[in-house]
Amino acid sequence: MAIEPRGRVQIDPNECKGCGLCIDACPPRCLVFEAELSPYGVHPARYVGSGCTGCGICFYVCPEPGAITVYRVSPPPKVISATEAGRAATL
Amino acid sequence: MAEYEVVHSKSPVFYPVYERKADLQHQTHYCPGCGHGVVHKLIAETIADLDLQDRTIFVSPVGCSVFAYYYFDVGNVQAAHGRASAVATALKRACPESIVIAYQGDGDLAAIGTAEIVHAANRGEPITVFFINNAIYGMTGGQMAPTTLVGQTTTTTPWGRRPENEGFPLRVCELLATLEAPVYIERVALSDNKNIMKARKAIRKALELQRDGAGFSLVEILSPCPTIWKMTPTEARDWVAEHMIRNFPLGVFRDRKVKMPESSRPPRRTVAEVLGLADAPAEAETPATRSADAREWKIKIAGFGGQGVLLLGQILAEMGMREGKEVSWLPSYGPEMRSGSAHCHVCLSSKRIGSPLIEHPNVLVAMNEISLRKFAPSVVPGGMILYNRRTVPADVEIPNVRVFAIPASELADQLGAAKVGNIVMLGALLELTGALSSATAETVLQGTVKNSDLLALDLQALHAGRDYVRQLPLEAR
Ligand SMILES: Cc1ncc(C[n+]2csc(CCOP(=O)(O)OP(=O)(O)O)c2C)c(N)n1
Ligand code: SF4
Ligand code: SF4
Ligand code: SF4
Repeated sequence: MAIEPRGRVQIDPNECKGCGLCIDACPPRCLVFEAELSPYGVHPARYVGSGCTGCGICFYVCPEPGAITVYRVSPPPKVISATEAGRAATL
Repeated sequence: MAEYEVVHSKSPVFYPVYERKADLQHQTHYCPGCGHGVVHKLIAETIADLDLQDRTIFVSPVGCSVFAYYYFDVGNVQAAHGRASAVATALKRACPESIVIAYQGDGDLAAIGTAEIVHAANRGEPITVFFINNAIYGMTGGQMAPTTLVGQTTTTTPWGRRPENEGFPLRVCELLATLEAPVYIERVALSDNKNIMKARKAIRKALELQRDGAGFSLVEILSPCPTIWKMTPTEARDWVAEHMIRNFPLGVFRDRKVKMPESSRPPRRTVAEVLGLADAPAEAETPATRSADAREWKIKIAGFGGQGVLLLGQILAEMGMREGKEVSWLPSYGPEMRSGSAHCHVCLSSKRIGSPLIEHPNVLVAMNEISLRKFAPSVVPGGMILYNRRTVPADVEIPNVRVFAIPASELADQLGAAKVGNIVMLGALLELTGALSSATAETVLQGTVKNSDLLALDLQALHAGRDYVRQLPLEAR
């Protein structure tokens, strides 16, 4: 039986600049460079599709305002607001 | 199947699409891995969380972040290089309810803008400064900044920064923490996600303090510039950790309540009171002397320095004040005060004056030919020009503008002093426009000119100007 993932990320290839900071920072290492070039000529980041905990680290290291959206299974265990979610990312 | 909810996404404080950008309107203009974007996100998130979007004014600097106003959907002002904290001072004083943020790079804040930041901090202006230290001038291609590390190569220190030639890296937080007034100063770094979270906390704290009216706060953010450092984004991030933090220790340098002495509040008095004209406005209140003229006068007076151009403007402004009008007087000088050109702008209005700067006057007083040629084309249709000669040069013709040749200096010379030509002009101007009464002019001259011979001369000059206009053929008026 497959384990329910706790989180999920969505990366917008139109905004991602392929800097790789999120890939390097993701603790469970579930982000990779896309093999294909984006329309802007970079290899954007891509979620491998499993393993994400929804920790939010990739969101905060990414310099682009809207490149990454992080989702978490709802209702999330304790986190209520975006504020606390951010704090959780330090842990 | 589990349900998901969004926990982190693009802040509503950013525009959904960056329409001010010429192209690629879904991305910022920053290089991949640049620290500016990370700081922008932290600021935007805080503004949203604290519900400050509607009252935030963001002052962008000159540097790579010059276009920060492309992104932040708040009030935006873009300041000249180094002046963001001075501009922020003005904004905060004019709009104390606003949350005013000055965002500045290290070239901007610590080189050309050193004076502005030191004095804004020293005055305890209740603004928040976010200081992006990337140890380099990014926008201009990598010259040394005051914060460049010892030994760091830049285009202007190709063999590395040498303290004996370029001095040591400037530690802004430490410097400002010697001052009395600041309430909060902290240095953070974008070196890894833990430190990014500390940066987030510091940014939040600084804005909370401003919201609560605390005082001057500054957060310095050590920030990667992969492009100019010639590193990959991850190498640049690591370079912040290994080299920048060693030279710029992280931490809180100031965190305390500062109470400014109450006595430092200036008394609230009107300009008329300060100038000792407070008892005069009796005139202003009697409808008889209050000018019935509701027109807005935008008067530009131009000539050589020494022709009394600025004084004429001041007299008009004071007259306006005595007649209960809103007035402004704005001088501008040529390179030399004496023989150079000088001009000033005078607004007389029954409504509040938005800007004292006049681009399109409805009255131009040109005391010499250069000024006539220079400013005549800017006069609005229906406006008038008073030119200090008997005749107007044949090739000067401005459609829909009446040009009056008033030989003011010549008439003044006949009275015995060419320098009262400005007062002859005043007499003519009052007669032609009816903007203010000549009785008020006499009152102002009596208050301004202490020497009785000179006063007599000025009054003669005033009448000479008026009489000259009166003898002009009617169709010429
Ligand atoms: C009065 C003036 N002097 C010089 C410049 C040229 N100039 C533009 S940006 C800049 C330095 C920017 O460096 P920094 O503040 O560190 O910002 P960064 O680009 O690194 O973010 C300079 C010197 C200018 N635009 N205006
Ligand atoms: S939210 Fe956390 S686990 Fe998920 S992709 Fe981002 S960094 Fe990795
Ligand atoms: S950090 Fe952002 S811009 Fe960089 S690769 Fe990841 S999603 Fe793309
Ligand atoms: S030059 Fe440096 S500071 Fe400027 S946008 Fe690029 S990485 Fe950022």
